[in-house]
Amino acid sequence: MFAEFGSASILAFRTASYTSSIPRDRRLVLEQMEHIGSDSLPLVLIIGLFTGMVSAWQAAYQFKGMIPYSFIGAAVSRAIFIELGPVLTALIIAGRVGASIAAEIGTMKVTEQIDALESMAISPIRYLALPRISAAVVMLPILVIFANIIALVGAFLVSNFYLDVSSKVFFESVQRFFFVKDVLGGLVKAVFFGAVTALIGVKVGFETTGGAQGVGNATIRAFVLSSAMILILDYTLWTVIF
Amino acid sequence: MIEIRNLYKSFDGNDVLRGIDLTIADGETVAIIGQSGCGKSVLLKHIIGLLRPDRGAVVVDGINMAEAKEKDIYRVRRNIGFLFQGSALFDSMTVLENVTLGLRENGERDKEKLARITLEKLALVGLRGIEKVMPADLSGGMRKRVALARSLATEPRYMFYDEPTTGLDPVTSDQIDALIEDLTAKLHVTSIIVTHDMFTVERIAKRVVFLHQGKVYFDGRPEDLTRSNDPINRQFLERYRLLA
Ligand SMILES: Nc1ncnc2c1ncn2[C@@H]1O[C@H](COP(=O)(O)OP(=O)(O)OP(=O)(O)O)[C@@H](O)[C@H]1O
Ligand SMILES: [Mg+2]
Repeated sequence: MFAEFGSASILAFRTASYTSSIPRDRRLVLEQMEHIGSDSLPLVLIIGLFTGMVSAWQAAYQFKGMIPYSFIGAAVSRAIFIELGPVLTALIIAGRVGASIAAEIGTMKVTEQIDALESMAISPIRYLALPRISAAVVMLPILVIFANIIALVGAFLVSNFYLDVSSKVFFESVQRFFFVKDVLGGLVKAVFFGAVTALIGVKVGFETTGGAQGVGNATIRAFVLSSAMILILDYTLWTVIF
Repeated sequence: MIEIRNLYKSFDGNDVLRGIDLTIADGETVAIIGQSGCGKSVLLKHIIGLLRPDRGAVVVDGINMAEAKEKDIYRVRRNIGFLFQGSALFDSMTVLENVTLGLRENGERDKEKLARITLEKLALVGLRGIEKVMPADLSGGMRKRVALARSLATEPRYMFYDEPTTGLDPVTSDQIDALIEDLTAKLHVTSIIVTHDMFTVERIAKRVVFLHQGKVYFDGRPEDLTRSNDPINRQFLERYRLLA
């Protein structure tokens, strides 16, 4: 466990040591940003919308008889900005992107493509790890912003149509309890989630052995590890930020 | 120059290399033969530093590949072309991108020049019209030749071939043999060829190294190997002697 953590940190440091080559490798980074960001957007939007809608219902259910519905906007938006947006988006990315990074790099490992890069004096860390990790670090917060907005829309639709909360009341309540710190805190978490997800995908990929079955296992392992890490980090960062 | 001294390597209890000593001078063409699984590919991977020895040293151009810093190892590798036994083409890239990756990484940006070099190297291995094809859509023999073109693209001083003609038809095999011979003669490339093909050995190698039970069992001229009366040498060459 500690050895794993150690080798992950070493990989993170080695990747960071190549940061200065990002401008040179911008094409690789942009490719990954597209893969991680744009390609994940539809899914993030759908899940964000439904998350927002269900959290409005949930708030109403809990408020019933205790707290007036005019507070739904505040309660739901803060939950979205701090927790739901960042964590759910990160879990989607762990499933979609973390796993596919592990599968891609794992396949390259077992078919000696990683060795081929090495033999051509191309660092696999610079060529494969850096673009993926840096793209995830940039794109995850951006996806979270989209998720936050669409979730808020979802919550508003439910409140407005089913719970008789007018748009004025809903958004006033959002505004009155809006703290920049909530949103920023959520985005800072997203940066960490992105880094951890991509790092785990890359690490598990590089460690893959044993053919197609090995690649399959790597995919699952990357998803399980990164989702667990996201939730653990979420807790840890909460104690630090809030 | 390549110096291998007392090289030991085992994988979880499987002792593959058990004390290899081998020195290869610049400009030499050396064939390495031996039974399947005897460690030929493992030996080649030690020379470019993809595997680390358990004991012993591998020194290329004065750099100890087991201990040197990454930067120095990469500098040595830029002079080496490596043909992997399984081709190891990048399957997310076209043939052209595969062949030109090394050049692009060295800073070559001129698209026309890259395209020209690709055509030229593919022609050397008897291929054309496949620059835009993805590796998955090629036959095994074509993949091997694209991989060969890729390893030639940067015009390295050393070429290591892991079974360059395995799986190729006789005509293409002859063409590849001639190419390897040519590179040595004209460009003074130092070559190591791992092969099961004794015709290749006789034709292009001045020196043949026979690995047996993790050691260099024979090291000398091909004709001395074929004439040898040693039972193990004879046993290995039996099939070839019947054909020749
Ligand atoms: N990365 C590795 N991990 C574990 N064992 C390995 C590894 N690479 C090679 N081996 C083992 O080392 C031995 C030698 O393998 P190697 O690939 O060098 O054989 P070879 O002489 O090239 O055979 P062939 O002619 O069939 O290609 C084999 O027993 C193989 O299983
Ligand atoms: Mg081999």
